[in-house]
Amino acid sequence: MEWETVIGLEVHAQLATKSKIFSGSSTAFGSEPNTQASALDLAMPGTLPVPNEQAYRYAIMFGLAIDADIAKTSVFERKNYFYPDLPKAYQTTQLEKPIVGAGHVEIELADGTKKSIRIHHAHLEEDAGKSLHEDFHGMSGIDLNRAGTPLVEIVSEPDIRNAEEAVAFAKKLHSIVTSLGICDGEMSQGSMRFDVNISVRRPGEEFGTRTETKNLNSFRFMEDCIALEVERQIDLIEDGGKVVQETRLYNGDTKQARSMRSKEEANDYRYFPCPDLLPVVLDNDYIESIRQTLPELPDARHDRFMEQYGLSSYDANILSGDANMAQFFETAAKASGDTKLTANWIMGELSARLNAEDQSIKHSPVNAEQLAGMITRLVDGTISSKMAKQVFEAMWNGDGNADEIIEAKGLKQVSDSGAIEAMVDEVIANSDKQVDNYRNADESKRPKMLGYFVGQIMKASKGQANPQQVNEILLKKLNDLI
Amino acid sequence: MTHSIKDNPITDKKAMHQKTIADIIAGLNAGEFTSVEITQHYLNRIKQLDGTYNSFITVNEESALAQAEAADKRRAEGDAPALCGVPIAHKDIFCTNGVRTSCGSKMLDNFVPPYDATVVENFANAGAVVLGKTNMDEFAMGSSNETSFYGPVKNPWDTNTVPGGSSGGSAAAVAAHLTPGATATDTGGSIRQPAALCGITGLKPTYGRVSRWGMIAFASSLDQGGPMARTAEDCALLLNVMASFDPKDSTSIDREVPDYTANLNQPLDGLKVGIPKEYFEEGLNPGTEQAVHDALAELEKQGATLVSISLPHTKLAVPAYYVIAPAEASANLSRFDGVRYGHRCEDPKDLRDMYMRTRAEGFGDEVKRRILVGAYCLSAGYYDAYYRKAQQVRRLIKQDFVDAFEQVDVIMGPTSPSPAFEFGAKGDDPVAMYLEDIYTIATNLAGLPGMSVPCGLVDDKPVGLQIIGNYFDESRMLNVAHQFQQVTDWHQQAPTGIDVEGAE
Repeated sequence: MEWETVIGLEVHAQLATKSKIFSGSSTAFGSEPNTQASALDLAMPGTLPVPNEQAYRYAIMFGLAIDADIAKTSVFERKNYFYPDLPKAYQTTQLEKPIVGAGHVEIELADGTKKSIRIHHAHLEEDAGKSLHEDFHGMSGIDLNRAGTPLVEIVSEPDIRNAEEAVAFAKKLHSIVTSLGICDGEMSQGSMRFDVNISVRRPGEEFGTRTETKNLNSFRFMEDCIALEVERQIDLIEDGGKVVQETRLYNGDTKQARSMRSKEEANDYRYFPCPDLLPVVLDNDYIESIRQTLPELPDARHDRFMEQYGLSSYDANILSGDANMAQFFETAAKASGDTKLTANWIMGELSARLNAEDQSIKHSPVNAEQLAGMITRLVDGTISSKMAKQVFEAMWNGDGNADEIIEAKGLKQVSDSGAIEAMVDEVIANSDKQVDNYRNADESKRPKMLGYFVGQIMKASKGQANPQQVNEILLKKLNDLI
Repeated sequence: MTHSIKDNPITDKKAMHQKTIADIIAGLNAGEFTSVEITQHYLNRIKQLDGTYNSFITVNEESALAQAEAADKRRAEGDAPALCGVPIAHKDIFCTNGVRTSCGSKMLDNFVPPYDATVVENFANAGAVVLGKTNMDEFAMGSSNETSFYGPVKNPWDTNTVPGGSSGGSAAAVAAHLTPGATATDTGGSIRQPAALCGITGLKPTYGRVSRWGMIAFASSLDQGGPMARTAEDCALLLNVMASFDPKDSTSIDREVPDYTANLNQPLDGLKVGIPKEYFEEGLNPGTEQAVHDALAELEKQGATLVSISLPHTKLAVPAYYVIAPAEASANLSRFDGVRYGHRCEDPKDLRDMYMRTRAEGFGDEVKRRILVGAYCLSAGYYDAYYRKAQQVRRLIKQDFVDAFEQVDVIMGPTSPSPAFEFGAKGDDPVAMYLEDIYTIATNLAGLPGMSVPCGLVDDKPVGLQIIGNYFDESRMLNVAHQFQQVTDWHQQAPTGIDVEGAE
């Protein structure tokens, strides 16, 4: 019997402000523990929060980008629970009056289908610190560098029906926030984290009981985790069991999930408006002034890429989706002058390597200018496609730019037709048997027989002969013999 | 009706503690004495007398003398800010950089803040000398100072009675002339009620007038710092320094601080004084009532008109307050978890054990009671019935005052229902204790400024007249109080037993 999956996402995106949401401490990632924790971040008595206007602006930018209502009055509340990395023992967040109201995000699937996913709301809140459980001999260490980092939490409606849609939605959000420049999108550093609410039902029936899997920080983990959880729920129900409402944790490395706490164990958070922070009241002029500063958004960029670069919708989607990717592509395409080849290299070799090493394009060892330099040499015939792969490999390993590598490795392609003719002649002279076979073969089978000769010539040239010229000259000479 | 006081010449060094802050500034300016001399004088008095009153938790002898010396030097260089060399004391709720700030609790007995409260900074910038930190009810929760971890403060007028609370240490220290002025805080009456019970002048400013940064929170939407001193004029001098717009406090209001001494001498002709009938109903001590009526008659003589008004939601103020204040406190006090600073229990066996024992050991009974009440009121299923309802009541109470101030300039009545009571008298009955603040709580809920000025004695115990002003109308309240103090001498009364030999 058929099952339908129902998914809703809660997405936490760290806002790229320089300082925290309520204190002046830096939000930089990767510093020594507790070096970015002020008296306020430590929740010392008497300290008071002051809202960071930039965090507000960023949340409003997001709201405008998803066509949402921006709340004229928004209110911070306290969400109370005890945890060592939550210094005040309450999280300052928004509940009844979030800054961003209902909106929507358009996604496009691999088969070209388009779908609109509704956003219930998005609110501002502060991140917690981190508990470190290793190296403390039975105790836990607390690092409050992250405590107070501004987050926008984006809550979708349960409009998603499978893992592909979930990933497309998550990628689209990633694309929007990175294009807006409000989040660096560094998933491996926790800059974007996804909570996935999953339930299954028979088509047409009411929603089933859902589980929530928290803190997924890669698209692949999300995809795997959804598949695993959907299967678990279906098996459970088909075996006569019931899905229990609970919070689950997924381990991407072991590909296993476990229950963290059930609904019964859930906290009563005792939300109430934070008396240290007054409601934030915005006027239209303020919101409009922010709208004026919005950069190009992914959908507009997608359409522009199709038109300006002649890309297919699918290619444009890949290249325009991530703001860093889009910038990389445009820089490289402009410098190399060959849009198509640039697109292919980015979507092919470069993406494959980045994926294999779990690296974002922002941190690509080969930058846009380097890639363009290599493509330029490919286009002008200095190197062959095969050599280009060698050059790329060397650039990836930090050996310099394309010209330096070509020079150092002596990778220059031989395009001197006299030299190539001499090599072709020599190979033909030494291959009587193969030449006979070629001559006697049916015309339709001859092209396949060229491989041997080309191989011999490339070997003789140490791989540096221009393959296109080799083909032309070889064909001409062989046909002369027929 | 006036009383005479002992005619001590105020220029005599032995009577230095009888000087008001205005006198001290004049004396320092005239070179009659130095800041070091007067500071030493107060430090000696604290040493001699505070064993009895217990009004200080910490005395900063060394740093006070260093500050006094620096103040004398500044003055000699012709650079004397407003309170240059004037000794004061801070309630131990204001964080002081490098000086233990306990908030009257075992929880913070070992807590030394690495920062100054804005109020502390303001006084430092004005050149004031800090004698020490005064005792208080634990986390400002109490009306008798009996909840302090450091033991109760004794009322200098009668050491068998309470000084009021929570700012009982500041009030008793001013009343016993152990400091000419002190800072205090008021969440439901914690400046005005102890000021009344100790026979001094205290002012709770408009919410947002004085920065709360570095002031340990009890109930954030109600807490407000303010001055205590012997006269309205001194309160004006202190408030000039204490009030400021503070970008570090989001609830601070960006509004110019006037010179609160500028209007002190305005005559009261035409002043309309609202007398809420609800403030003179059952539960009011007849002696207190008489003293307040006498005070009002005195003001009438000076040209004020008394207008009978109604604040119909008065009865709801205490119940609404005892939902809102504990609710906020329950969250504000959650940070005391033993993780980062303050008390931590010995050898916790796990996290839960650490939380539970740390908080069980670190907090006293009244604090625990309020945390429990507050958490209950915010719980799922009870929020609407308690917290939301209390907020609605709060709006009604505020509206009562807004309506009243359409008709009158100030509102007056008793500060507290009766004079100081004996220790333990209300210990078993929290509600009886809560009713101590029946006349003061509504102003906190409305965010209005309120004041208490001495207006009589009942059985040799002081009575306070409360003056409630409109928003940011502290100047007018101080003017009224000052004018009242020009024709009465209740504020000059002092308890017996405080006139010991001062300086050696």
